[in-house]
Amino acid sequence: MDFFLNDKFGQMLLVIIAFAALIAVLLAIAWAADKWVGKGRRWAALAVFGGPALLLLVVGLIYPAIRTFYMSFYDAGTNNAVGLQNYIFTVTNTGAVIAFRNTFIWVFLVPIASTLIGLIYAILIDRSRLEKLAKSLLFLPVAISFVGAGIIWKFVYEYRGAAQEQIGLLNAFITWLGFEPVRFLQDAPWNTLFLIAVMIWIQAGFAMVILSAAIKAVPTDIIEAARLDGVNSWEMFRNITVPSIRPSLVVVLTTISIATLKIFDITRTMTGARFDTQVLANQMYDYSFVFGDNGVGSAMAVVIFILVIPLVAFNIRQMAKNRSVRG
Amino acid sequence: MSVEAGVPEVAEVATQRPNRRSTATKFRSLVGNRIGSAVAVVIAVLWTIPTFGLFISSFRPEEDIKSSGWWTFLSNPAFTLDNYQEVLFGRASSGSLSDYFINSLVITVPATVIPLVLATMAAYAFSVLDWRGRDWVFVCVFALQIVPLQMALIPLLRIFSSSGLLDTFPYLSVWVAHSIFALPLAVFLLHNFMSDIPKELVEAARVDGAGHVSVFLRIMLPLMAPAIASVAIFQFIWVWNDLLVGLTFTGANNAIQPLTARLAEMAGSRGQDWQLLTAGAFVSMVLPLIVFLSLQRYFVRGLLAGSVKG
Amino acid sequence: MRTTARRTGAAVAGGLAFALALTACSGSDLGGGGGDGDEGGGDAACEDYADYGTFEGDEVTILSSIREQEADQMEDTFVDFEECTGIDVVHNGIGEFETQVVVQAEGGNAPNLAIIPQPGLLARLVNDGYIVEPSEQTVTNAQEGWTEEWLNYGTVDGTFYAAPLMASVKSFVWYSPTAFAENGYEVPTTWDELIALSDQIVADHGADGVVKPWCAGIESGGATGWPATDFIEDMVLREAGPEVYDQWVTHEIPFNDPQIYAATERAGSILRNEDYVNGGIGDSRSIATTSFNDGGLPILDGNCFMYRMASFYEAQWPEGTDVSPEGDAFAFYLPGDDADSKPLLTAGEFVGAFDDNEATQAVQAFMSSGEWANLRVTIGGVTSANNAVDPANASSDVLRLAIELLQDPDAVTRFDGSDLMPSAVGAGSFWTGMTEWIDGADTQTVLDQIEASWPAS
Repeated sequence: MDFFLNDKFGQMLLVIIAFAALIAVLLAIAWAADKWVGKGRRWAALAVFGGPALLLLVVGLIYPAIRTFYMSFYDAGTNNAVGLQNYIFTVTNTGAVIAFRNTFIWVFLVPIASTLIGLIYAILIDRSRLEKLAKSLLFLPVAISFVGAGIIWKFVYEYRGAAQEQIGLLNAFITWLGFEPVRFLQDAPWNTLFLIAVMIWIQAGFAMVILSAAIKAVPTDIIEAARLDGVNSWEMFRNITVPSIRPSLVVVLTTISIATLKIFDITRTMTGARFDTQVLANQMYDYSFVFGDNGVGSAMAVVIFILVIPLVAFNIRQMAKNRSVRG
Repeated sequence: MSVEAGVPEVAEVATQRPNRRSTATKFRSLVGNRIGSAVAVVIAVLWTIPTFGLFISSFRPEEDIKSSGWWTFLSNPAFTLDNYQEVLFGRASSGSLSDYFINSLVITVPATVIPLVLATMAAYAFSVLDWRGRDWVFVCVFALQIVPLQMALIPLLRIFSSSGLLDTFPYLSVWVAHSIFALPLAVFLLHNFMSDIPKELVEAARVDGAGHVSVFLRIMLPLMAPAIASVAIFQFIWVWNDLLVGLTFTGANNAIQPLTARLAEMAGSRGQDWQLLTAGAFVSMVLPLIVFLSLQRYFVRGLLAGSVKG
Repeated sequence: MRTTARRTGAAVAGGLAFALALTACSGSDLGGGGGDGDEGGGDAACEDYADYGTFEGDEVTILSSIREQEADQMEDTFVDFEECTGIDVVHNGIGEFETQVVVQAEGGNAPNLAIIPQPGLLARLVNDGYIVEPSEQTVTNAQEGWTEEWLNYGTVDGTFYAAPLMASVKSFVWYSPTAFAENGYEVPTTWDELIALSDQIVADHGADGVVKPWCAGIESGGATGWPATDFIEDMVLREAGPEVYDQWVTHEIPFNDPQIYAATERAGSILRNEDYVNGGIGDSRSIATTSFNDGGLPILDGNCFMYRMASFYEAQWPEGTDVSPEGDAFAFYLPGDDADSKPLLTAGEFVGAFDDNEATQAVQAFMSSGEWANLRVTIGGVTSANNAVDPANASSDVLRLAIELLQDPDAVTRFDGSDLMPSAVGAGSFWTGMTEWIDGADTQTVLDQIEASWPAS
C-alpha cells in the first residue's frame, strides 16, 4: 500500500487501476440494465457511455465558459457591472486593429498551408521505399514542445548587423549570397508571416499523418475507372483524391484552425507580441493574467469564441452532408 | 450474421486493402517520379534543418553557441557532452532533468488513458446510440474546443483545492484537468471515425440480441483500435509538451512539475542558458518520438477500418 | 523487415524501461518537497533560533521567481532554522511567478509565503484580500534593518504588509577593466565624462562600424522592453530628480510630461545613437531583438565597451570570466550629473504571507531579520540594503560595490518605477512602448500612447 500512496509510479498505477475499476462497474451496470430493465435501458446506456464525459465537460469547460461570459460584463475585479464597455475596449483599443488583422492572417494561412503541404508530402512519399523515415522527418516538429520550437527558430531567425558574423541560419545564407541581413522578427508586417511559418512547420506533420492514412484508404476501383477514361494527374488529384479524403480534410482543417485561433505561445516567446505581431489569444492572456483585468480578458475570450462560430457551422453542414451521402 | 463471424470478415477486408495500389501511387506515377521526389526531398530538408541545427548546437560548448552559427561546427568541430551531462545529472538540489522526466511520464500516461477511454465511450453515445438532441449536444461538445484553457484554470483549481485531496494525491488535479481539456477534440475525432463504421454491423448484432456493452466491446473496440491509437499518440504528445496546464495544476510545486516547466525555467527571464536548453529540448523530444515510431503503423490502419463499407 | 523493426522497437523500449527503473530509485519518491535541504550541519547553535519557537511537522511553503543556483543558495539559509524550529520550509521557484501566484491565490491554493518582486503586484494581492499582515516581530525586524523608503514599498494604503528581503542595484554599467586599461580609459564619475568617454571610443575604434562604445539588449520574451524602461527610469532620476520621479510613478504628473520627454531623449542620446550602439551586434534597432542576457557579451570580444545592466548580470558572464576590478568584466556606478549627486535605481523583493499560522509567521520573521540577510549575503550571489549586512560578507567585488552603494547614506535610492506602476502600464504599455521606441518610433508619440493607456480610477 505504501508504494501506491508514496511513490509517483505507485500513484500512477493506482489511478489507472481505480479508473479501470470505475469503467468496469459502469459497463456492468449498463450490461445489467440492458438485460433486465425494460423501457429505461436506452437511457441507462446513454448515461453510462455519454455520462462521464459530459459530466466532466460541464464541470471543467461549460461552467468556466459561462463564468467567462458573465465576467466579460464586469470590471477588472468582477465587482461592478460595466455593460458592453469591455467589448467596446476589445475592438477599439490601440492594438485592436493589429490583433484582429494578425489573427485573421494566422487563421487563414496556417490551416491552408499546413494542410496543403501535409497533403502534397503525403501523396509524394506514399508507398516509397523510405516512407516511414520520410514521415518521421515531417513529424519531428510535432514532437517538439513550444519551448523547444522557440529555441530552434531563434537559431534560424537571429539577426546581426551587416558588419557582424551572422549566427542565424537564414541571415547567414542571405549574407553569403551577398544581400543585406534581414530583421525577420522585427520588420512588420512580414514578421507575422515568419511567426506563422513556425506554426505551419509544427502543424504540417499532424496534417500529413492523418491525410496519409486517408489516402491509403481510397478505393482503387475508382482510380482504375478514371484512368481508363484518360484523366490527367491534376484532374485525378482534384476529382478523385480530394473528394475521397474530404472528411479527413475537413477534420484536419478544423482542428488546425481552432488550434491556430488559440495560439499564443509562439508570439509570446518569439517576439513578446512586439513589432505589430499581437494576436487576440495573446492579448487575452495579457489582460487576464498579466494586467489582472478579468473583464477585458473575458470579453476577448468571448470574441475568440464568436470567431469560431463560422467554423462550427461549416462542420455541421459537412456532418449533414456525410450523413445524407451515407443514407 | 453473428457478431463473432462479423469481426474476422471486417479484419480480412482491412488487411487486403493495402495490397492494392492506391490513388496516390497512380498520382505519383503520373506526375513523374523525379519531380515528385525532388519536391518531397525539399520539404523534408526544410522541415528537418531547424531541428538538425538544434541537434548540432546541443553538442557545442557554451561560448561557441553564443558567438557563432551551428554550421561552423561542420568545418570546425568542437564537440562536448557537457550540456547533456549538466542537463541530465547536474544541479542535484534544484532537481535534475531525469526527475522531471519521471514527473512528465507520471502525468502523461493517465492523462492519455483516461480521456481516451471516456472519449471512445462518448463517441459511441454520439454515433451509435440514438437519442433526441444528440446532434446538438455533439455540436456543443465540438465547440467547447475553443474555450481557452486559461479561462478554465481558476474555477477548476478551486474545486480541487477545496477538496483537500491535493495533499495526498498531488497529481490528481493535473490528470483530471488534462482529461477534461482533451475531451472535446478526442470525442470529435473518434466520433468521426466511428460514424464511418457501417451501421449494418451494429444492427445485425443488435438483432442477434447483443446489448450495447457487447457491441461496444466486441465490435467497436477492435474496429476502432487503430483510430484510438492514432488519437492516443497525439494526446500523449500534447500532454507531454504542455506547459500551462502542468504548471498551474501542479500547484506550482517544483517536486511534481513536468519537464516542460523545467525547460521553460532554463529559458527563463534571467539566465538564458542556451547550451542547456538545446540539450534539454532534445531530451524532452525522445519519448514522443519513440511513441510515434512505435505506433505509427496504426495511422495507416486507422482509417482503413472506416472504409469497410466500400 | 517487419520482425527486425519490431525487435529494435522492443530493444529501445527495454532500454528505456531500464533507464527509468534506475532513475526511479532516486527520484520518484513523493515524500519530500522541492528541495530537501541537505542533512548536514547538525551542530547548529539553536539558541539563535529560540525566538522563533519550536514546531512539530509544520510545513511552510514559499513561492517565488527565484530559480536554479540562486534558489539552492536561498534554501541553504533555512538548514539550521529547520533543524532548530522543526519547521519544514519548502521553496518552489517558478518561471511564470507573476501570473501563477495570482492564479494559485484565486484558485484557493495559495502558498504560505510568497517572495514578491513588484510592489504593484503586492498591492494587487493585498487589495484582493489575499495577503495578511505580518507579526509584530517581522515589523520590528523590518524597521530595524531597512530605511523608510524601503518600508514604504512594502506598505499598502498605510498598512505595512511585507518586509523587504533582498535588494539589487540597477544603476550599473558593465565594462572590461582590462580593455579600459589597454586603451587608457578612466571610469567616468559624471554624466559628461561618460559621454566624453563614449565619444573618445568612437574616435578610437569607430572606423570599421563593428566596435561601438555601447552595447544593449532588451529582448526578454513576453517581458521584452523592461531593460529599456530601466534605462529611462535612471534618466528620469538624473534629468528631473527623485521628487518628479515619485510623481511620475504615481501618475501625479502625466507620463508624457515634458520632463519625462527630456529624460527619454537623454536615454535616446545613447540608445538611439548609431555611433554609440550596438557594438558587436548591429545598429540601434538591433537592441530590440537582442536578448538582455547576451547583450553585454560583446564586451569580452572587445566589440563594445559598456553595457548598462543591473548587478545581477554578474551571473551572465560565461564560466571562466574574471569578474573583478582588474579583470575581464566589472561594473561602475552609472554616474549622476555631478560626482556628488548619487541617484540610485534599485529593485528588491518583499515577503508577503497568505495566512497567519504561527509557523508561517516564524519563517516570515526569520526572513525579515538582519541575521537572515547576513546569512544569505554570505552564501553569495545577492545583495541587500538591510543595514545589518556587513559588506565584507559579500561573495564578490561587484556585490560588495552594490551593497556599499545601497547602504550609502548620500545615495538617493528609488525603486524600479515599472514595478510600482499599474501592471497594464508597468508590465504592459511601458514595455511595449519602449520597444517601439527602440525600434524607431517617435518619442512624443510613444509617451502619449503610454499616457493614454494608464488605467482610469
